[in-house]
Amino acid sequence: MDNPRKNPMSRNAALTLAASIAGLGLLFVFEATFDPFTMQIFKLCAINVILALSLNLINGFTGLFSLGHAGFMAVGAYTCAILAMTPAQKTANFILQPIVPWLADVHLPFLPALLIAGLFAGFIGWLLGVVALRLRDDYLAIATLGFSEIIRVVLTNAQPITNGSLGLKGLPRYTTMWWAWGAAIAVTVFLVLLIRSSYGRAFKSIRDNEIAAEAMGIDVFGMKVLSFTISSFLAGIAGGLLAHYLTTIDPKQFIFLKTFDILLIVVLGGVGSITGSIVAAIAVTLSMEVLRFLDGPLNLGFMVTQGIPGLRMVFFSALLMIVVIFRQQGLMGTSEFSWDALARIGLLPRRGAKPGTGIE
Amino acid sequence: MLSIKNLSVHYGGIHALRGISLDVPAGGIVTLIGANGAGKSTTLNSIMGLVKAGGSVKWNGKEILGVPTRRIVESGLVLVPEGRRVFPNLTVDENLSLGAYARSDKAGVEADRERVFALFPRLKERRQQKAGTFSGGEQQMLAVGRALMSRPSVLMMDEPSLGLAPLFVGMIFDIIRQINAAGVTVLLVEQNAKAALEVADTGYVMETGTIAFSGGGKDLLIDDRVRKAYLGET
Repeated sequence: MDNPRKNPMSRNAALTLAASIAGLGLLFVFEATFDPFTMQIFKLCAINVILALSLNLINGFTGLFSLGHAGFMAVGAYTCAILAMTPAQKTANFILQPIVPWLADVHLPFLPALLIAGLFAGFIGWLLGVVALRLRDDYLAIATLGFSEIIRVVLTNAQPITNGSLGLKGLPRYTTMWWAWGAAIAVTVFLVLLIRSSYGRAFKSIRDNEIAAEAMGIDVFGMKVLSFTISSFLAGIAGGLLAHYLTTIDPKQFIFLKTFDILLIVVLGGVGSITGSIVAAIAVTLSMEVLRFLDGPLNLGFMVTQGIPGLRMVFFSALLMIVVIFRQQGLMGTSEFSWDALARIGLLPRRGAKPGTGIE
Repeated sequence: MLSIKNLSVHYGGIHALRGISLDVPAGGIVTLIGANGAGKSTTLNSIMGLVKAGGSVKWNGKEILGVPTRRIVESGLVLVPEGRRVFPNLTVDENLSLGAYARSDKAGVEADRERVFALFPRLKERRQQKAGTFSGGEQQMLAVGRALMSRPSVLMMDEPSLGLAPLFVGMIFDIIRQINAAGVTVLLVEQNAKAALEVADTGYVMETGTIAFSGGGKDLLIDDRVRKAYLGET
Protein backbone atom coordinates (compact mmCIF):
# COMPACT_ATOMS: atom_id res chain seq x y z
CA MET A 1 0.00 0.00 0.00
CA ASP A 2 1.05 3.61 -0.37
CA ASN A 3 3.05 5.37 2.28
CA PRO A 4 0.54 7.65 4.01
CA ARG A 5 -1.36 4.62 5.23
CA LYS A 6 1.63 3.27 7.10
CA ASN A 7 1.46 5.84 9.87
CA PRO A 8 -2.16 5.43 10.92
CA MET A 9 -1.72 1.65 10.78
CA SER A 10 1.05 1.62 13.34
CA ARG A 11 -0.73 4.28 15.35
CA ASN A 12 -3.83 2.08 15.37
CA ALA A 13 -1.80 -0.94 16.43
CA ALA A 14 -0.30 1.07 19.28
CA LEU A 15 -3.72 2.31 20.33
CA THR A 16 -5.10 -1.23 20.27
CA LEU A 17 -2.21 -2.47 22.41
CA ALA A 18 -2.69 0.41 24.87
CA ALA A 19 -6.43 -0.24 25.05
CA SER A 20 -5.84 -3.96 25.66
CA ILE A 21 -3.41 -3.26 28.51
CA ALA A 22 -5.81 -0.69 29.96
CA GLY A 23 -8.64 -3.21 29.72
CA LEU A 24 -6.60 -5.89 31.45
CA GLY A 25 -5.57 -3.39 34.12
CA LEU A 26 -9.19 -2.46 34.60
CA LEU A 27 -10.10 -6.10 35.22
CA PHE A 28 -7.40 -6.28 37.95
CA VAL A 29 -8.65 -3.05 39.50
CA PHE A 30 -12.24 -4.29 39.41
CA GLU A 31 -11.29 -7.58 41.02
CA ALA A 32 -9.48 -5.73 43.81
CA THR A 33 -12.09 -3.01 44.35
CA PHE A 34 -15.53 -4.46 44.06
CA ASP A 35 -17.39 -6.80 46.36
CA PRO A 36 -18.28 -10.30 45.13
CA PHE A 37 -21.86 -9.32 44.25
CA THR A 38 -20.75 -6.53 41.93
CA MET A 39 -18.19 -8.85 40.40
CA GLN A 40 -21.02 -11.28 39.62
CA ILE A 41 -22.61 -8.57 37.46
CA PHE A 42 -19.38 -7.99 35.55
CA LYS A 43 -19.11 -11.72 34.91
CA LEU A 44 -22.68 -11.77 33.65
CA CYS A 45 -21.74 -8.94 31.28
CA ALA A 46 -19.10 -11.17 29.72
CA ILE A 47 -21.47 -14.13 29.36
CA ASN A 48 -24.07 -11.89 27.74
CA VAL A 49 -21.41 -10.56 25.36
CA ILE A 50 -20.79 -14.11 24.14
CA LEU A 51 -24.51 -14.81 23.82
CA ALA A 52 -25.19 -11.58 21.92
CA LEU A 53 -22.25 -12.16 19.58
CA SER A 54 -23.29 -15.71 18.82
CA LEU A 55 -26.90 -14.70 18.10
CA ASN A 56 -25.68 -11.79 15.99
CA LEU A 57 -23.58 -14.13 13.88
CA ILE A 58 -26.67 -16.02 12.76
CA ASN A 59 -29.29 -13.23 12.85
CA GLY A 60 -27.17 -10.23 11.95
CA PHE A 61 -24.37 -11.45 9.73
CA THR A 62 -26.00 -14.38 8.00
CA GLY A 63 -29.50 -12.91 7.99
CA LEU A 64 -31.27 -15.97 9.37
CA PHE A 65 -33.95 -15.23 11.90
CA SER A 66 -33.33 -17.88 14.53
CA LEU A 67 -35.03 -17.98 17.92
CA GLY A 68 -33.54 -21.17 19.30
CA HIS A 69 -30.73 -19.73 21.35
CA ALA A 70 -32.08 -20.65 24.77
CA GLY A 71 -32.12 -24.28 23.62
CA PHE A 72 -28.44 -24.28 22.66
CA MET A 73 -27.54 -22.55 25.91
CA ALA A 74 -29.44 -25.21 27.81
CA VAL A 75 -27.61 -28.00 25.97
CA GLY A 76 -24.27 -26.34 26.79
CA ALA A 77 -25.18 -25.63 30.40
CA TYR A 78 -26.34 -29.17 31.14
CA THR A 79 -23.50 -30.87 29.28
CA CYS A 80 -20.88 -28.79 31.05
CA ALA A 81 -22.49 -29.21 34.46
CA ILE A 82 -22.93 -32.97 34.23
CA LEU A 83 -19.35 -33.45 33.02
CA ALA A 84 -17.80 -31.18 35.65
CA MET A 85 -19.74 -32.33 38.74
CA THR A 86 -18.02 -34.73 41.10
CA PRO A 87 -19.56 -38.20 41.49
CA ALA A 88 -20.47 -37.27 45.06
CA GLN A 89 -22.36 -34.18 43.92
CA LYS A 90 -24.21 -36.29 41.38
CA THR A 91 -25.33 -38.75 44.03
CA ALA A 92 -26.46 -35.87 46.22
CA ASN A 93 -28.41 -34.24 43.39
CA PHE A 94 -30.16 -37.23 41.85
CA ILE A 95 -32.52 -38.10 44.68
CA LEU A 96 -35.61 -39.17 42.72
CA GLN A 97 -33.79 -41.53 40.41
CA PRO A 98 -30.07 -42.25 40.28
CA ILE A 99 -28.07 -40.91 37.37
CA VAL A 100 -27.43 -43.31 34.50
CA PRO A 101 -24.34 -45.41 35.29
CA TRP A 102 -22.26 -44.28 32.31
CA LEU A 103 -22.37 -40.68 33.55
CA ALA A 104 -22.12 -41.38 37.28
CA ASP A 105 -18.33 -41.45 37.48
CA VAL A 106 -17.51 -38.90 34.78
CA HIS A 107 -15.64 -35.99 36.27
CA LEU A 108 -13.73 -33.61 34.01
CA PRO A 109 -11.88 -30.37 34.70
CA PHE A 110 -13.70 -27.19 33.66
CA LEU A 111 -11.96 -26.48 30.33
CA PRO A 112 -12.57 -29.87 28.66
CA ALA A 113 -16.11 -29.94 30.06
CA LEU A 114 -16.75 -26.48 28.63
CA LEU A 115 -15.32 -27.37 25.23
CA ILE A 116 -17.32 -30.60 25.04
CA ALA A 117 -20.41 -28.61 26.02
CA GLY A 118 -19.75 -26.21 23.12
CA LEU A 119 -19.08 -29.04 20.68
CA PHE A 120 -22.20 -30.91 21.71
CA ALA A 121 -24.35 -27.78 21.36
CA GLY A 122 -22.68 -27.19 17.99
CA PHE A 123 -23.50 -30.74 16.94
CA ILE A 124 -27.15 -30.31 17.93
CA GLY A 125 -27.11 -27.00 16.02
CA TRP A 126 -25.71 -28.75 12.99
CA LEU A 127 -28.42 -31.44 13.18
CA LEU A 128 -31.18 -28.84 13.47
CA GLY A 129 -29.55 -26.66 10.81
CA VAL A 130 -29.43 -29.40 8.19
CA VAL A 131 -33.17 -29.84 8.62
CA ALA A 132 -34.49 -26.38 9.51
CA LEU A 133 -32.29 -24.19 7.31
CA ARG A 134 -34.27 -25.33 4.30
CA LEU A 135 -36.90 -22.99 5.71
CA ARG A 136 -36.74 -19.23 5.43
CA ASP A 137 -37.70 -16.14 7.41
CA ASP A 138 -40.67 -16.60 9.74
CA TYR A 139 -40.78 -20.33 9.18
CA LEU A 140 -37.20 -20.72 10.35
CA ALA A 141 -37.97 -18.58 13.41
CA ILE A 142 -40.97 -20.79 14.26
CA ALA A 143 -39.01 -24.01 13.74
CA THR A 144 -36.07 -22.90 15.90
CA LEU A 145 -38.41 -21.56 18.58
CA GLY A 146 -40.16 -24.93 18.62
CA PHE A 147 -36.83 -26.70 18.82
CA SER A 148 -35.75 -24.72 21.86
CA GLU A 149 -38.97 -25.67 23.63
CA ILE A 150 -38.39 -29.33 22.70
CA ILE A 151 -34.95 -29.15 24.35
CA ARG A 152 -36.52 -27.75 27.50
CA VAL A 153 -39.18 -30.45 27.60
CA VAL A 154 -36.53 -33.15 27.06
CA LEU A 155 -34.44 -31.72 29.89
CA THR A 156 -37.47 -31.69 32.17
CA ASN A 157 -38.30 -35.32 31.44
CA ALA A 158 -34.94 -37.03 31.04
CA GLN A 159 -34.76 -37.56 34.78
CA PRO A 160 -31.85 -40.05 34.91
CA ILE A 161 -29.60 -37.73 32.91
CA THR A 162 -30.64 -34.19 33.79
CA ASN A 163 -32.37 -34.69 37.14
CA GLY A 164 -35.55 -33.32 35.51
CA SER A 165 -37.28 -30.31 36.93
CA LEU A 166 -35.27 -30.53 40.16
CA GLY A 167 -32.31 -29.17 38.23
CA LEU A 168 -28.67 -29.43 39.21
CA LYS A 169 -27.48 -27.70 42.34
CA GLY A 170 -24.16 -26.96 43.97
CA LEU A 171 -22.11 -26.81 40.79
CA PRO A 172 -18.52 -25.73 41.35
CA ARG A 173 -18.15 -21.96 40.94
CA TYR A 174 -15.66 -22.24 38.10
CA THR A 175 -16.69 -19.13 36.19
CA THR A 176 -14.33 -16.55 37.60
CA MET A 177 -13.80 -13.08 36.23
CA TRP A 178 -10.88 -14.42 34.19
CA TRP A 179 -12.79 -17.32 32.73
CA ALA A 180 -15.77 -15.16 31.79
CA TRP A 181 -13.85 -12.29 30.25
CA GLY A 182 -11.17 -14.54 28.81
CA ALA A 183 -13.88 -16.44 26.94
CA ALA A 184 -15.63 -13.22 25.89
CA ILE A 185 -12.41 -11.78 24.49
CA ALA A 186 -11.51 -15.02 22.73
CA VAL A 187 -14.98 -15.18 21.16
CA THR A 188 -14.75 -11.53 20.10
CA VAL A 189 -11.36 -12.01 18.44
CA PHE A 190 -12.58 -15.20 16.78
CA LEU A 191 -15.68 -13.49 15.39
CA VAL A 192 -13.77 -10.44 14.14
CA LEU A 193 -11.40 -12.74 12.26
CA LEU A 194 -14.27 -14.88 10.99
CA ILE A 195 -16.26 -11.89 9.72
CA ARG A 196 -13.23 -10.46 7.95
CA SER A 197 -12.42 -13.80 6.28
CA SER A 198 -13.93 -15.02 3.06
CA TYR A 199 -16.39 -17.03 5.17
CA GLY A 200 -17.60 -13.82 6.78
CA ARG A 201 -18.01 -12.19 3.41
CA ALA A 202 -19.97 -15.21 2.23
CA PHE A 203 -22.26 -14.98 5.30
CA LYS A 204 -22.90 -11.30 4.67
CA SER A 205 -23.54 -11.85 0.98
CA ILE A 206 -26.18 -14.46 1.84
CA ARG A 207 -27.82 -11.93 4.14
CA ASP A 208 -27.76 -9.26 1.44
CA ASN A 209 -28.91 -11.32 -1.51
CA GLU A 210 -29.18 -15.08 -1.49
CA ILE A 211 -29.65 -15.51 -5.23
CA ALA A 212 -26.68 -13.35 -6.13
CA ALA A 213 -24.61 -15.19 -3.52
CA GLU A 214 -25.57 -18.47 -5.14
CA ALA A 215 -24.69 -17.07 -8.58
CA MET A 216 -21.23 -16.14 -7.24
CA GLY A 217 -20.66 -19.80 -6.60
CA ILE A 218 -21.18 -19.68 -2.85
CA ASP A 219 -22.54 -22.88 -1.33
CA VAL A 220 -25.42 -21.00 0.30
CA PHE A 221 -26.92 -23.91 2.21
CA GLY A 222 -23.54 -25.13 3.45
CA MET A 223 -22.58 -21.66 4.61
CA LYS A 224 -25.88 -21.26 6.46
CA VAL A 225 -25.33 -24.57 8.23
CA LEU A 226 -21.77 -23.56 9.10
CA SER A 227 -22.87 -20.22 10.53
CA PHE A 228 -25.67 -21.89 12.49
CA THR A 229 -23.29 -24.52 13.87
CA ILE A 230 -20.71 -21.96 15.00
CA SER A 231 -23.44 -19.88 16.58
CA SER A 232 -24.75 -22.93 18.47
CA PHE A 233 -21.24 -23.84 19.58
CA LEU A 234 -20.72 -20.37 21.06
CA ALA A 235 -24.16 -20.45 22.70
CA GLY A 236 -23.17 -23.78 24.25
CA ILE A 237 -19.97 -22.28 25.63
CA ALA A 238 -21.94 -19.39 27.09
CA GLY A 239 -24.40 -21.87 28.58
CA GLY A 240 -21.57 -23.78 30.26
CA LEU A 241 -20.15 -20.59 31.69
CA LEU A 242 -23.59 -19.56 32.89
CA ALA A 243 -24.13 -22.91 34.64
CA HIS A 244 -20.93 -22.56 36.65
CA TYR A 245 -21.66 -18.91 37.26
CA LEU A 246 -25.11 -19.47 38.73
CA THR A 247 -24.05 -22.84 40.27
CA THR A 248 -27.69 -23.93 39.92
CA ILE A 249 -29.51 -24.77 36.74
CA ASP A 250 -32.96 -26.05 35.98
CA PRO A 251 -34.97 -26.31 32.76
CA LYS A 252 -37.18 -23.32 33.60
CA GLN A 253 -34.23 -20.94 33.15
CA PHE A 254 -34.11 -21.77 29.48
CA ILE A 255 -37.62 -20.83 28.45
CA PHE A 256 -37.88 -18.94 25.18
CA LEU A 257 -37.92 -15.59 27.02
CA LYS A 258 -34.20 -16.11 27.53
CA THR A 259 -33.77 -15.96 23.76
CA PHE A 260 -35.66 -12.67 23.68
CA ASP A 261 -33.35 -11.18 26.31
CA ILE A 262 -30.45 -11.85 23.96
CA LEU A 263 -32.39 -10.70 20.91
CA LEU A 264 -33.08 -7.43 22.74
CA ILE A 265 -29.35 -6.89 23.15
CA VAL A 266 -28.64 -7.71 19.51
CA VAL A 267 -31.36 -5.38 18.20
CA LEU A 268 -30.39 -2.53 20.53
CA GLY A 269 -26.71 -2.86 19.60
CA GLY A 270 -27.24 -3.20 15.89
CA VAL A 271 -28.06 -6.29 13.86
CA GLY A 272 -24.78 -7.04 12.12
CA SER A 273 -22.35 -5.17 14.38
CA ILE A 274 -19.88 -6.87 16.73
CA THR A 275 -19.17 -3.57 18.47
CA GLY A 276 -22.88 -2.95 18.92
CA SER A 277 -23.48 -6.34 20.49
CA ILE A 278 -20.62 -5.91 22.96
CA VAL A 279 -21.64 -2.41 24.02
CA ALA A 280 -25.32 -3.33 24.25
CA ALA A 281 -24.63 -6.54 26.17
CA ILE A 282 -22.68 -4.63 28.82
CA ALA A 283 -25.11 -1.71 28.91
CA VAL A 284 -28.21 -3.89 29.19
CA THR A 285 -26.70 -6.18 31.84
CA LEU A 286 -25.62 -3.21 33.97
CA SER A 287 -28.98 -1.45 33.50
CA MET A 288 -30.83 -4.59 34.59
CA GLU A 289 -29.08 -4.19 37.95
CA VAL A 290 -29.20 -0.40 38.16
CA LEU A 291 -32.91 -0.40 37.38
CA ARG A 292 -33.65 -3.04 40.01
CA PHE A 293 -35.22 -0.32 42.18
CA LEU A 294 -38.10 -0.19 39.65
CA ASP A 295 -39.27 -3.61 40.86
CA GLY A 296 -39.41 -2.46 44.48
CA PRO A 297 -41.86 -0.06 46.17
CA LEU A 298 -41.83 3.28 44.34
CA ASN A 299 -42.80 6.70 45.60
CA LEU A 300 -44.18 8.47 42.55
CA GLY A 301 -45.12 11.62 44.49
CA PHE A 302 -48.86 11.19 44.09
CA MET A 303 -48.90 7.52 45.00
CA VAL A 304 -46.71 4.82 46.43
CA THR A 305 -46.64 1.44 44.68
CA GLN A 306 -46.24 -1.80 46.57
CA GLY A 307 -43.47 -3.02 44.30
CA ILE A 308 -44.27 -4.42 40.89
CA PRO A 309 -41.97 -7.30 39.93
CA GLY A 310 -41.03 -7.09 36.26
CA LEU A 311 -41.37 -3.31 35.91
CA ARG A 312 -37.72 -3.27 34.83
CA MET A 313 -38.63 -5.26 31.76
CA VAL A 314 -41.27 -2.67 30.87
CA PHE A 315 -38.44 -0.17 30.59
CA PHE A 316 -36.54 -2.42 28.18
CA SER A 317 -39.66 -3.21 26.18
CA ALA A 318 -40.33 0.51 25.79
CA LEU A 319 -36.71 1.08 24.81
CA LEU A 320 -36.97 -1.68 22.21
CA MET A 321 -40.11 -0.10 20.75
CA ILE A 322 -38.43 3.29 20.58
CA VAL A 323 -35.42 1.79 18.81
CA VAL A 324 -37.56 -0.13 16.34
CA ILE A 325 -39.56 2.99 15.50
CA PHE A 326 -36.85 5.64 15.44
CA ARG A 327 -33.54 3.90 14.92
CA GLN A 328 -34.07 0.52 13.35
CA GLN A 329 -30.38 -0.06 12.76
CA GLY A 330 -29.78 0.02 16.52
CA LEU A 331 -26.85 1.68 18.22
CA MET A 332 -24.23 0.84 15.59
CA GLY A 333 -26.14 -0.35 12.54
CA THR A 334 -23.71 -2.59 10.71
CA SER A 335 -20.72 -0.35 11.49
CA GLU A 336 -17.81 -1.39 13.66
CA PHE A 337 -15.57 0.44 16.04
CA SER A 338 -12.28 1.56 14.56
CA TRP A 339 -9.66 4.10 15.57
CA ASP A 340 -9.98 5.75 12.18
CA ALA A 341 -13.71 6.18 12.70
CA LEU A 342 -12.94 7.88 16.05
CA ALA A 343 -10.52 10.15 14.21
CA ARG A 344 -13.17 10.97 11.64
CA ILE A 345 -15.66 12.18 14.22
CA GLY A 346 -12.91 14.25 15.83
CA LEU A 347 -12.23 12.26 19.01
CA LEU A 348 -8.68 11.48 17.89
CA PRO A 349 -6.33 13.68 15.89
CA ARG A 350 -6.27 12.73 12.23
CA ARG A 351 -2.92 11.62 11.03
CA GLY A 352 -2.11 10.96 7.43
CA ALA A 353 -5.41 9.23 6.79
CA LYS A 354 -6.83 10.19 3.44
CA PRO A 355 -10.42 11.36 3.80
CA GLY A 356 -12.94 8.76 2.80
CA THR A 357 -10.56 5.80 2.75
CA GLY A 358 -10.07 4.77 6.34
CA ILE A 359 -13.10 2.68 7.13
CA GLU A 360 -11.29 -0.41 8.39
CA MET B 1 -18.44 -24.33 -26.59
CA LEU B 2 -21.75 -23.90 -24.77
CA SER B 3 -24.40 -26.02 -26.37
CA ILE B 4 -27.95 -26.17 -25.10
CA LYS B 5 -30.32 -28.87 -26.31
CA ASN B 6 -33.98 -29.28 -25.59
CA LEU B 7 -33.85 -27.34 -22.30
CA SER B 8 -37.18 -27.33 -20.50
CA VAL B 9 -38.34 -25.90 -17.16
CA HIS B 10 -41.59 -26.17 -15.24
CA TYR B 11 -42.57 -23.68 -12.54
CA GLY B 12 -45.34 -25.52 -10.78
CA GLY B 13 -47.89 -26.09 -13.55
CA ILE B 14 -46.36 -23.48 -15.87
CA HIS B 15 -44.22 -24.75 -18.70
CA ALA B 16 -41.71 -21.87 -18.74
CA LEU B 17 -39.23 -23.37 -21.20
CA ARG B 18 -40.54 -25.76 -23.84
CA GLY B 19 -37.38 -27.44 -25.05
CA ILE B 20 -35.14 -24.73 -26.41
CA SER B 21 -31.82 -25.28 -28.16
CA LEU B 22 -29.08 -22.77 -28.80
CA ASP B 23 -25.35 -22.62 -29.36
CA VAL B 24 -22.87 -20.14 -28.00
CA PRO B 25 -19.62 -20.34 -29.98
CA ALA B 26 -16.34 -19.39 -28.32
CA GLY B 27 -15.38 -15.73 -28.57
CA GLY B 28 -18.71 -14.49 -29.83
CA ILE B 29 -21.56 -12.43 -28.49
CA VAL B 30 -24.90 -14.21 -28.55
CA THR B 31 -28.06 -12.43 -27.57
CA LEU B 32 -31.40 -13.78 -26.49
CA ILE B 33 -34.19 -11.28 -27.07
CA GLY B 34 -37.89 -11.48 -26.49
CA ALA B 35 -40.81 -10.05 -24.56
CA ASN B 36 -41.34 -10.24 -20.82
CA GLY B 37 -42.04 -13.75 -19.66
CA ALA B 38 -40.67 -15.39 -22.79
CA GLY B 39 -38.23 -17.42 -20.65
CA LYS B 40 -34.98 -15.53 -21.24
CA SER B 41 -33.95 -15.23 -17.59
CA THR B 42 -35.12 -18.75 -16.91
CA THR B 43 -32.76 -19.97 -19.61
CA LEU B 44 -29.75 -18.30 -17.95
CA ASN B 45 -30.78 -19.39 -14.46
CA SER B 46 -31.17 -22.99 -15.53
CA ILE B 47 -27.77 -22.99 -17.24
CA MET B 48 -26.29 -21.82 -13.91
CA GLY B 49 -28.15 -24.48 -11.99
CA LEU B 50 -30.22 -21.93 -10.07
CA VAL B 51 -33.41 -23.44 -11.51
CA LYS B 52 -34.12 -27.15 -12.00
CA ALA B 53 -34.32 -28.01 -15.69
CA GLY B 54 -34.56 -30.96 -18.05
CA GLY B 55 -32.68 -31.46 -21.29
CA SER B 56 -29.00 -30.96 -21.82
CA VAL B 57 -26.46 -28.17 -21.37
CA LYS B 58 -23.01 -29.10 -22.63
CA TRP B 59 -20.11 -26.87 -21.63
CA ASN B 60 -16.85 -27.72 -23.39
CA GLY B 61 -18.35 -31.08 -24.14
CA LYS B 62 -19.36 -31.86 -20.54
CA GLU B 63 -22.91 -32.08 -19.26
CA ILE B 64 -23.46 -29.42 -16.58
CA LEU B 65 -27.18 -29.79 -15.83
CA GLY B 66 -27.45 -30.91 -12.21
CA VAL B 67 -23.91 -29.78 -11.38
CA PRO B 68 -23.81 -27.46 -8.30
CA THR B 69 -23.66 -23.75 -9.18
CA ARG B 70 -20.30 -23.27 -7.50
CA ARG B 71 -18.71 -25.91 -9.74
CA ILE B 72 -20.15 -24.15 -12.78
CA VAL B 73 -18.75 -20.80 -11.59
CA GLU B 74 -15.36 -22.43 -11.00
CA SER B 75 -15.39 -23.78 -14.55
CA GLY B 76 -15.67 -20.23 -15.91
CA LEU B 77 -19.37 -19.83 -16.64
CA VAL B 78 -20.61 -16.75 -14.79
CA LEU B 79 -23.92 -14.94 -14.52
CA VAL B 80 -24.61 -11.26 -13.87
CA PRO B 81 -28.08 -11.68 -12.40
CA GLU B 82 -31.05 -9.55 -13.34
CA GLY B 83 -31.86 -6.44 -11.36
CA ARG B 84 -28.27 -5.61 -10.45
CA ARG B 85 -28.11 -7.94 -7.50
CA VAL B 86 -25.11 -6.39 -5.84
CA PHE B 87 -24.69 -6.84 -2.08
CA PRO B 88 -25.99 -3.49 -0.79
CA ASN B 89 -24.50 -3.60 2.72
CA LEU B 90 -21.05 -4.61 1.53
CA THR B 91 -18.40 -2.28 0.17
CA VAL B 92 -17.23 -2.23 -3.43
CA ASP B 93 -14.09 -4.10 -2.40
CA GLU B 94 -16.08 -6.78 -0.59
CA ASN B 95 -18.44 -7.17 -3.54
CA LEU B 96 -15.48 -7.67 -5.85
CA SER B 97 -13.85 -10.15 -3.46
CA LEU B 98 -17.06 -12.18 -3.51
CA GLY B 99 -16.89 -12.25 -7.29
CA ALA B 100 -13.56 -14.02 -6.89
CA TYR B 101 -14.98 -16.34 -4.22
CA ALA B 102 -14.30 -19.49 -6.20
CA ARG B 103 -10.66 -18.54 -6.86
CA SER B 104 -7.68 -19.12 -4.62
CA ASP B 105 -4.84 -17.35 -6.51
CA LYS B 106 -4.51 -14.21 -4.42
CA ALA B 107 -2.11 -12.36 -6.71
CA GLY B 108 -4.28 -13.03 -9.75
CA VAL B 109 -7.35 -11.78 -7.89
CA GLU B 110 -5.63 -8.52 -6.98
CA ALA B 111 -4.47 -8.07 -10.57
CA ASP B 112 -8.02 -8.58 -11.77
CA ARG B 113 -9.28 -6.11 -9.18
CA GLU B 114 -6.99 -3.49 -10.70
CA ARG B 115 -8.22 -4.48 -14.17
CA VAL B 116 -11.83 -3.95 -13.07
CA PHE B 117 -10.90 -0.58 -11.57
CA ALA B 118 -9.26 0.37 -14.87
CA LEU B 119 -12.49 -0.51 -16.65
CA PHE B 120 -14.65 1.33 -14.08
CA PRO B 121 -12.66 4.15 -12.49
CA ARG B 122 -15.72 5.27 -10.53
CA LEU B 123 -15.59 2.03 -8.56
CA LYS B 124 -12.02 2.69 -7.51
CA GLU B 125 -12.92 6.12 -6.15
CA ARG B 126 -15.58 4.50 -3.99
CA ARG B 127 -14.03 1.19 -3.11
CA GLN B 128 -14.81 1.57 0.61
CA GLN B 129 -18.36 2.75 0.06
CA LYS B 130 -21.38 0.49 0.47
CA ALA B 131 -22.86 -0.68 -2.81
CA GLY B 132 -26.41 0.14 -1.68
CA THR B 133 -25.62 3.86 -1.80
CA PHE B 134 -24.84 3.74 -5.53
CA SER B 135 -27.01 4.80 -8.47
CA GLY B 136 -28.50 2.13 -10.70
CA GLY B 137 -25.82 2.54 -13.34
CA GLU B 138 -22.99 2.32 -10.83
CA GLN B 139 -24.53 -0.79 -9.31
CA GLN B 140 -24.70 -2.38 -12.73
CA MET B 141 -21.02 -1.55 -13.29
CA LEU B 142 -20.24 -3.17 -9.97
CA ALA B 143 -22.28 -6.24 -10.88
CA VAL B 144 -20.36 -6.57 -14.14
CA GLY B 145 -17.03 -5.93 -12.40
CA ARG B 146 -17.89 -8.52 -9.77
CA ALA B 147 -18.62 -11.10 -12.45
CA LEU B 148 -15.32 -10.32 -14.18
CA MET B 149 -13.50 -11.02 -10.91
CA SER B 150 -14.22 -14.72 -11.36
CA ARG B 151 -12.24 -14.57 -14.62
CA PRO B 152 -15.06 -16.01 -16.73
CA SER B 153 -14.70 -17.63 -20.13
CA VAL B 154 -18.41 -17.09 -20.70
CA LEU B 155 -20.19 -14.11 -19.16
CA MET B 156 -23.96 -14.38 -19.10
CA MET B 157 -25.72 -11.07 -18.55
CA ASP B 158 -29.38 -10.81 -17.65
CA GLU B 159 -30.89 -7.51 -18.81
CA PRO B 160 -27.88 -5.32 -18.04
CA SER B 161 -29.59 -2.21 -19.45
CA LEU B 162 -32.83 -2.62 -17.49
CA GLY B 163 -33.90 0.61 -15.80
CA LEU B 164 -30.74 2.51 -16.61
CA ALA B 165 -30.43 6.09 -17.84
CA PRO B 166 -29.70 6.26 -21.61
CA LEU B 167 -26.14 7.42 -20.97
CA PHE B 168 -25.45 4.31 -18.89
CA VAL B 169 -27.13 2.04 -21.45
CA GLY B 170 -24.63 3.18 -24.07
CA MET B 171 -21.80 2.72 -21.60
CA ILE B 172 -22.86 -0.80 -20.66
CA PHE B 173 -22.96 -1.90 -24.29
CA ASP B 174 -19.51 -0.36 -24.85
CA ILE B 175 -18.25 -2.32 -21.89
CA ILE B 176 -19.78 -5.52 -23.27
CA ARG B 177 -17.86 -4.97 -26.51
CA GLN B 178 -14.64 -4.35 -24.56
CA ILE B 179 -15.10 -7.46 -22.43
CA ASN B 180 -15.73 -9.51 -25.55
CA ALA B 181 -12.71 -8.01 -27.30
CA ALA B 182 -10.63 -9.17 -24.34
CA GLY B 183 -11.61 -12.74 -25.21
CA VAL B 184 -14.69 -13.37 -23.06
CA THR B 185 -17.65 -15.04 -24.73
CA VAL B 186 -20.88 -13.21 -23.95
CA LEU B 187 -24.43 -14.54 -23.69
CA LEU B 188 -26.64 -11.51 -23.39
CA VAL B 189 -30.32 -11.47 -22.46
CA GLU B 190 -31.99 -8.20 -23.36
CA GLN B 191 -35.31 -6.48 -23.87
CA ASN B 192 -33.50 -3.62 -25.58
CA ALA B 193 -33.45 -5.60 -28.82
CA LYS B 194 -31.88 -2.90 -30.98
CA ALA B 195 -28.85 -2.29 -28.79
CA ALA B 196 -28.40 -6.02 -28.18
CA LEU B 197 -28.57 -7.00 -31.86
CA GLU B 198 -26.13 -4.25 -32.77
CA VAL B 199 -23.38 -5.82 -30.63
CA ALA B 200 -24.31 -9.47 -31.18
CA ASP B 201 -22.92 -11.90 -33.71
CA THR B 202 -25.94 -14.15 -33.34
CA GLY B 203 -29.41 -13.47 -32.04
CA TYR B 204 -32.14 -15.80 -30.84
CA VAL B 205 -35.69 -14.54 -30.56
CA MET B 206 -37.74 -16.14 -27.78
CA GLU B 207 -41.51 -16.32 -27.56
CA THR B 208 -43.39 -18.01 -24.68
CA GLY B 209 -40.79 -20.57 -23.81
CA THR B 210 -39.60 -21.44 -27.30
CA ILE B 211 -37.07 -20.07 -29.75
CA ALA B 212 -39.15 -18.54 -32.55
CA PHE B 213 -36.26 -17.92 -34.90
CA SER B 214 -32.62 -16.97 -34.96
CA GLY B 215 -30.04 -15.39 -37.21
CA GLY B 216 -27.04 -13.10 -37.40
CA GLY B 217 -27.28 -9.96 -35.25
CA LYS B 218 -27.21 -7.60 -38.21
CA ASP B 219 -29.66 -9.75 -40.17
CA LEU B 220 -32.19 -9.80 -37.36
CA LEU B 221 -31.91 -6.04 -37.05
CA ILE B 222 -33.45 -5.70 -40.51
CA ASP B 223 -35.75 -8.72 -40.21
CA ASP B 224 -39.39 -7.69 -40.61
CA ARG B 225 -40.65 -9.92 -37.80
CA VAL B 226 -38.14 -8.46 -35.36
CA ARG B 227 -38.76 -4.91 -36.49
CA LYS B 228 -42.50 -5.24 -36.02
CA ALA B 229 -42.47 -7.03 -32.71
CA TYR B 230 -39.43 -5.64 -30.89
CA LEU B 231 -38.19 -2.51 -32.54
CA GLY B 232 -41.57 -0.81 -32.66
CA GLU B 233 -41.43 -0.18 -36.40
CA THR B 234 -44.26 -0.79 -38.82
